[in-house]
Amino acid sequence: MDILSLFIIVPVITILVLIFAKGLKQSRIISLVGSIFQFGMAINLVFAYFKERAVNDAIMVFTKDVVWFKQFNIHYSIGVDGISVALLLLTTIVVLAGVFISWKMKDLPKEFFVSLIVLSIGVYGFFISIDLFTMFVFFEIAVIPMYLLIGIWGTGPREYSAMKLTLMLMGASAVLLVGILGIYFNSNADGGPLTFNILEIAQVNIPFEVQKLFFPLTFIGFAVIGALFPFHTWSPDGHASAPTAVSMLHAGVLMKLGGYGVFRVAMYLLPEGALHWSWFFIILAAIGVVYGAFAALKQTDLKYINAYSSVSHLGLVLFALLMLNKTAWNGAILQSLSHGFMTALFFALIGMIYGRTHTRDVTKLGGLLKVIPFISVIYVIAGLASLGLPGFSGFVAEMNIFVGAFQHDDIFYRVLTILSVSAIVITAVYILRVVGIMLMGPVKNEAFLSLPKVTWYEKFGILLLLIPIVGMGVAPLWLSNMILESLQPFIQGVL
Amino acid sequence: MNIDSFLLMRHEILLLAIVLLLIVAEIFINQNKKGSIVHLAIFLFGIHTIVGFFAIDESSLFGGMFRTNGLIHFFKNILNIGVLVLLLQSADWLQEKIVQHNRGTEFFILMFSSLLGMYFMISSGDFLMFYLGLELSTLPVAALAAFETTKRISSESGIKLILSAALASGVSLFGISLLYATTGSIYFNDIIEVITSTNLSILGLVLFFAGLAFKISLVPFHFWTADVYEGAPISIASYLSVISKGAAVFILMILLFTVLKPLMHIWENMVYIIAIATMFIGNLFALRQQNMKRFLAFSSIAQAGFILLGIIEGNQLGVTTVVYFVLIYVFSNLAAFGVVQAISLQTGKENMNDYEGLYRTNPKLSLVMMLALFSLAGIPPVAGFFGKFFLFTAAASKGYYLLVFLAVVNVTISLYYYLLVIRAMFLRQSDHAIPFFKNKLYMRLGLIITVLGILILGLYSPLYDYIFELSSNFN
Repeated sequence: MDILSLFIIVPVITILVLIFAKGLKQSRIISLVGSIFQFGMAINLVFAYFKERAVNDAIMVFTKDVVWFKQFNIHYSIGVDGISVALLLLTTIVVLAGVFISWKMKDLPKEFFVSLIVLSIGVYGFFISIDLFTMFVFFEIAVIPMYLLIGIWGTGPREYSAMKLTLMLMGASAVLLVGILGIYFNSNADGGPLTFNILEIAQVNIPFEVQKLFFPLTFIGFAVIGALFPFHTWSPDGHASAPTAVSMLHAGVLMKLGGYGVFRVAMYLLPEGALHWSWFFIILAAIGVVYGAFAALKQTDLKYINAYSSVSHLGLVLFALLMLNKTAWNGAILQSLSHGFMTALFFALIGMIYGRTHTRDVTKLGGLLKVIPFISVIYVIAGLASLGLPGFSGFVAEMNIFVGAFQHDDIFYRVLTILSVSAIVITAVYILRVVGIMLMGPVKNEAFLSLPKVTWYEKFGILLLLIPIVGMGVAPLWLSNMILESLQPFIQGVL
Repeated sequence: MNIDSFLLMRHEILLLAIVLLLIVAEIFINQNKKGSIVHLAIFLFGIHTIVGFFAIDESSLFGGMFRTNGLIHFFKNILNIGVLVLLLQSADWLQEKIVQHNRGTEFFILMFSSLLGMYFMISSGDFLMFYLGLELSTLPVAALAAFETTKRISSESGIKLILSAALASGVSLFGISLLYATTGSIYFNDIIEVITSTNLSILGLVLFFAGLAFKISLVPFHFWTADVYEGAPISIASYLSVISKGAAVFILMILLFTVLKPLMHIWENMVYIIAIATMFIGNLFALRQQNMKRFLAFSSIAQAGFILLGIIEGNQLGVTTVVYFVLIYVFSNLAAFGVVQAISLQTGKENMNDYEGLYRTNPKLSLVMMLALFSLAGIPPVAGFFGKFFLFTAAASKGYYLLVFLAVVNVTISLYYYLLVIRAMFLRQSDHAIPFFKNKLYMRLGLIITVLGILILGLYSPLYDYIFELSSNFN
């Protein structure tokens, strides 16, 4: 069995075993074993990738290709480059942390873990696919479990949020489908056969008129899940209603599908379309960056703060991708990773705080540093990483993005860059404000004095996410090199 | 004409034999064991289904009135499997409600006659045979729809069906006669040679199309659908929406792609507009339905709209995608109707509200329903996704991107109401949830077959290749 297909097969096996599990204890043990195995595979993949890369300079390595529907030339075609390897690693870590955080899932635990793992299958499959059809299948598989995860185990207006999220994301994927079909039926522009294979389509010169038509469809189809303004409205509601592990997985991993898809499909396959439309979408992305930050400023619910902060941070990813230069792209990928770890950590911490104090309202909390110091300290660290303090992952990513963005010599793009940079300041404001109100000051509620201590599984979950944040901040070069190498085909194809 | 040529009609002759056998069997059946007629009928039909799978030559009989080939044969098998599953799912209902009044045999005779009519309809080589088949397939169903004689709503549904069906077939017949008037023949092979685009032939096409559109319940010929489905027994509603619709789609497609091909520039536009109207109206009306049967009625109208996206392609790709979609649709819709049937039989409840909290009491049934709805909505990895994706591909291959776009908008709308059922079953908790019950063997078998179909058909690609080969003469 090849090293990549295992990323699909192991979770499937985990699910099959889970079906026979009884109760919480068995379910969580099985899921834990499954996701630890998955994590090990991802680490192994990173080393294997470096080894393979040294001798193999193909665009994708570890490729495998099986004909699926031969009439349509649909293949189960997989392969990875540095970008997907990094994102796979991110996914396994967040899933593993998610299992730790859901250690005490009381209601329907088996179903919860099954849905969670189905979601992760979708994500793994998406990152390893190099066939548009297969990719689309996995994309939808990743989205649909969210409905159950938020709807059954969520809080607050969970039915509303779940429906809104599912319909918006599936609606986007429907638009995407038209885009994919458009690309498919123009993939023979150079006289070859129709194909769904990304690498083959990238070699084809699709006519400009076609690119102009289908780029927006493909771009929006992916960017909705990457919370592009004004299609971001599903995200705050969805995150606020979702249970902790789902928020983590969703903000940490699922939203990365958007940026990845935009980059790998929309921009790589329709480069002239990207050039033609970039001015328009970059405005939307910049609005998202600034708007998200301001919206976070006004929220009092911890989850909403973090959700809007995600809109802002992921707006930066799309913003950087549309800047169409190497440094910004590198920053975009790094930002995807960094935001994945950071936001997952945030949501995990918020879940812990909520689980203890039963409120997410910042104004009702206070002095938590005195009563739950471990969680509070980590919260401060995550906050500092989020506002881009050097030494953490956020700094590396945002530095790259803005340095890259400023290299664009068009004055219009520069103005937008300056606007977006200002969002960093606002980020600092809302993060420090929360830290000030919630963690410092007097303890506002007598009941808070006897909050339970952090448990071992919570610590595991936190550390799993914290280590990469610090790691990326301190030693970003190996990751950055891996990504830069993989950007080469994009640079040749798009620029 | 010799014995070999009769073997070409194997499906028809066997089914006729079963009908006759059942009539005889009723005389001999012990009055204390009335229920055994159900076992006998299912057993015989099961054998019939299996025998149907043996390969058959391509040929025609009766001077071209009856023809058969691999694709027609395959489609008859699809119908067989559908009816078999449907019989399994309704066995308990028959045992409890029908057989006690000595009407079990009638049920099977009527249903099998109707199926026989469909065989003849899809095998027809001329318009006479086609019309006979159409009538034979429709009339018994009207009797079946009114089968629960104690319910007023059931008789109402029977009357509605028979009246609208009579009107529809009258319109269709008028269209056929106009086509005859322009071409001078009722044989498909002859018509292909001489048909041209004249006003009269176009009128004939439109009227003929309208007649069949009634059976497929395309907008604006759909008004009977919801009322009839609601009143009829569930197994009949399911028969109408799956088997009857499937057969009508098939023959409509065959005729449009062969006999009426020279008029393609006309019917292309017609199909285009009707597809959009059918999808939107079916989906928008489904949004507010509370009764599960009405709900599935509108959902099946919308599905018919999606099928038109394959028909508009007009070639081999269209045939393949439509047959493939119908095959998947048979399984998905039967699974949904099966669950509705099981619950209705146990509790008499048919409203969406009654499904609240179903997962906590009846997890397996809810999962079957969820798979069925996902398949109808077109969510991977279940089969419905592949069916729909390929239909869209077929339409896009002709450059109908706007149509595909409107179709995907509709997919999203439909997802909303399918999720409503899932919301009731999974998200809600209720004190009045339907208590746990165990299904009997037949029902379980019926559901398991559909679930296997839903899970496997999409992922198993050689099936698609097989259908593609079968339809190679449409190239």
